[in-house]
Amino acid sequence: MKIVTICGAGIGSSGILKVNAERVLRKLDLDATVVAADISSVKDVAADAQVILTSPEFVETIGKTFADVIVIENYFDTEELTQKLRAALE
Amino acid sequence: MTLPPLPESAIVIGAHAADWRAAVTLAGDALAASGVARPEYSREMIRMIEEHGPYVVIAPGLALAHARPGPEVLGDGLSVVTLAEPVSFGHPYNDPVSVILGLAILTADRHLAAVAAVANIFNDSTAIADLAAATTAAEVQQIMRVPA
Repeated sequence: MKIVTICGAGIGSSGILKVNAERVLRKLDLDATVVAADISSVKDVAADAQVILTSPEFVETIGKTFADVIVIENYFDTEELTQKLRAALE
Repeated sequence: MTLPPLPESAIVIGAHAADWRAAVTLAGDALAASGVARPEYSREMIRMIEEHGPYVVIAPGLALAHARPGPEVLGDGLSVVTLAEPVSFGHPYNDPVSVILGLAILTADRHLAAVAAVANIFNDSTAIADLAAATTAAEVQQIMRVPA
């Protein structure tokens, strides 16, 4: 399974989301590759992704996709990430 | 997982900013003061927000100001700016912002180790409030777990 985290620069915020998503996946015992990318490369990077994690600002630009687009409000709240990933993946 | 350098010169406490642009500029100025970015880096960080919206406000009260690696970046580094009066970035959930983290990263391949260290600090849910309430640079460094 592939999960993509999206931000404007592809460093910084998407990296934080990747690190915390990996922590949550380990705790949920789910196996997935998490890739951080910038919004301009979303079409390529997320073509084979099941889930896209991002901020509300990017939902419209991400547009039509086969992946579940999950909006994260607080990037540091692993409880929020756990609940939303679990709802999408289980 | 090592935190990018956060020297005293990159910490500003109780600053006054008229709006989010001024707040981000302070974070950029602090990165320039510690020698890891050129003054123009502030403009790049502001441009990211103008282009993509206030997504850098990644948690309640906290903005992670950053731009891509580029000619304005001279080294890896962090800055911390706390505001006397919080400013609004126009974020749907996480306004108002009283703590700005400035992040400069020289090469993209190293950024994950840096942000993993940042995530470690802020997964502790009191860190943002503790930073906002800090009164000395030493206190900020302690909250950010900067090795003494």
